[in-house]
Amino acid sequence: MSPANSFALLANATSIPWLDVPAWPAAELVRATATELDRGGRLCAWFGVPEGGITCLVAVLAFDADNTLAVARSTPFTGSYPALTATHAQAHLFEREVWEQHGLTPAGHPWLKPVRRNNGAAPANGEFFRVEGREVHEVAVGPVHAGIIEPGHFRFQCASEEVLHLEIALGYQHRGVEEALAGGPHRATLSQMETVAGDTTIAHATAYATVLEALAGTEAPLRAQWLRAVALELERLANHTGDMGALANDVAFLPTSSACGKIRGDFLNLTALICGNRFGRGLVRPGGCRHDLESERATQLLERLRPALADTEQALAWFWDAASVRSRFENIGTVFPSQASEIGLVGPAARACGLVRDVRYDHPAGWHRFAQAPVAVWPSGDVFARARVRSLEIQRSGEYLRDQLAAPAEGELHAELAPPAPDTFAVALVEGWRGEVCHVALTDAAGRFRRYKIVDPSFHNWTGLALALRGTAISDFPICNKSFNLSYCGFDL
Amino acid sequence: MFILDTLAHRLKRGCETMAYPKGPAPALPDRHGGALKVDAGKCADGCEVCVPACPTQAIARPAGKSVALDLGRCIFCAACVDACPAKAITYTGDHRMAVRQREDLVLGESGQEQVRLADALDEKLRKLFGRSLRLRQVSAGGCAACEADTNVLGTIGWDLGRFGIQFVASPRHADGLLITGPVTRNMELALRKTYDAVAAPKIVIAVGACAIAGGPFVDHAQVHNGASAIVPVDLFIPGCPPHPLTILDGLLRLLDRLEEKPPSGN
Repeated sequence: MSPANSFALLANATSIPWLDVPAWPAAELVRATATELDRGGRLCAWFGVPEGGITCLVAVLAFDADNTLAVARSTPFTGSYPALTATHAQAHLFEREVWEQHGLTPAGHPWLKPVRRNNGAAPANGEFFRVEGREVHEVAVGPVHAGIIEPGHFRFQCASEEVLHLEIALGYQHRGVEEALAGGPHRATLSQMETVAGDTTIAHATAYATVLEALAGTEAPLRAQWLRAVALELERLANHTGDMGALANDVAFLPTSSACGKIRGDFLNLTALICGNRFGRGLVRPGGCRHDLESERATQLLERLRPALADTEQALAWFWDAASVRSRFENIGTVFPSQASEIGLVGPAARACGLVRDVRYDHPAGWHRFAQAPVAVWPSGDVFARARVRSLEIQRSGEYLRDQLAAPAEGELHAELAPPAPDTFAVALVEGWRGEVCHVALTDAAGRFRRYKIVDPSFHNWTGLALALRGTAISDFPICNKSFNLSYCGFDL
Repeated sequence: MFILDTLAHRLKRGCETMAYPKGPAPALPDRHGGALKVDAGKCADGCEVCVPACPTQAIARPAGKSVALDLGRCIFCAACVDACPAKAITYTGDHRMAVRQREDLVLGESGQEQVRLADALDEKLRKLFGRSLRLRQVSAGGCAACEADTNVLGTIGWDLGRFGIQFVASPRHADGLLITGPVTRNMELALRKTYDAVAAPKIVIAVGACAIAGGPFVDHAQVHNGASAIVPVDLFIPGCPPHPLTILDGLLRLLDRLEEKPPSGN
């Protein structure tokens, strides 16, 4: 099924003239979007574009089975419109964000409150949802957490050990990323894109570069696309391995914890072998890549990759062989498949609910048009499933890298990029290690960014963590949290 | 059987903690380059091509003065190294970059071609913290990279615990803070409260370009351009993020735990 002509269709990593994006009255856009979501579409982005002092709404949908994206907008308006969230929960944070950024009120939104707005020296958290009852107590955690991690606030409503409801209040990391992009690209834009979520540098930088290339009506040379794909899997390996170690640590299974902590560094060092930076900064550039992976260096990479993969396999084998580990993860923090699709989960968290959803496979762009990894899926939706999917992806990323390193694309690494086309709309999706990284750009008459929207996978997935905690013991929060390991700064922007 | 397997593997692997600082430091990746060095004498009169090349406004060339590169703002993207026609800005390959004074990161003046590395804490604090330092980490707009490369120091390869340094779960257990991120306005209150909760005497360590000067987000209305805007900072460790070795060097330097040979001439 493909969307009716309420939407313009485009493929991932392409652009269309802004005038070709159909415009409808806001209520009609909401209705048409709801219809398409009911037909299996997925909301990638929902945001406002300032136009003549007022705002038009833009909807970007993905039809995974059709390998196509769809975009439509509203005519500019002010005031309120009927909330999409009332019927489609996956819009709830998007509509809160639009309300916060542009003052458009989604009428009928059940939980309209700030997302990241400043209130003096802290975010405006608003009122928290409260469960009433004699035995009910509230637990507040954060913003500063116990370990070396980013800040966020968790408000649990508990009856004894059991969590009845968890509300997650973020915004502490808000650095003004999107606001700064207006009128860009600027001098600092690329380094800001590399640090939207610092553990996802390659995915975000690739999405940004792809948007600029789409706006220029071209694409990066194949060798650069190949190298980006290699770096993307190294990023996935490092993060998944680190998280498997962290999960092991949280159930006091130290052999895997110790080993994975070290191997994670080995993978980061492989990225540093390519570009000097363990997080891949300085590698991806609009128009290509800055550093090459010459054959000698590629051989060295492969030689160091092999033992790192073997070590990971061994460390994960200890983990999965131990009944005491498995039993700590089974039936803990379950998100049901129906919930997952309702709230629009992405990435490994969605695949751990049995949803076959992977940008590399559904919306292949760049090198993934030529080489894909099988989608790793597990059905049970619990911590076990999320750990399982991560383990499978570690294996598959390893195999993918071995294959790709054996067959590099030849040719130029970088091509001079034409300036962005004026009044043009471009979308790029990249499957980062947490899931779908979505960048959307709209240029003005001069070819500068009129609006740039970033949707980190965490924006979709924090709600998944909140749901996972329902009916779970609060003492299991750490393993639930680690199984998702979402980004705070990627959400807060 | 399973336990025996695990033990056998552990025995086979042996000790995986690096020899440093008693042995040699692990090599930086060849494309890392290490700290920068500025030889302002090479700059042509009036040349300022490096100034607009820098994404974080780390380089200035005031009229009539020599070029000034602020390593605190630097994200080590090497755009200036590539841009400089006279090769006045070069890599040193040195992982050591931590300083005690903010101005020690500004390179270019004669005698300040390279960073003036951090002195140790005074004797009183060294006595208190030298063999046991407990730190509370506060990420205040950090992107998770500085956090990750601080966290890695706790893994078996680096084993920070062998120096008596540990990250703790409460400011009341801590001797100081290690701050990452540009300090967002939304984290200001939390950072102040955390700092106040640490008993005096206490130290503050700013890790990464963001925590030193705002990094890529410098001058955004939503951030404070670094930790110094809110709390006094005792140690600045540059990088985006700093290599774990750079962070470890900074911590050990502060505690006077490095037995360095005198510089060998370069």
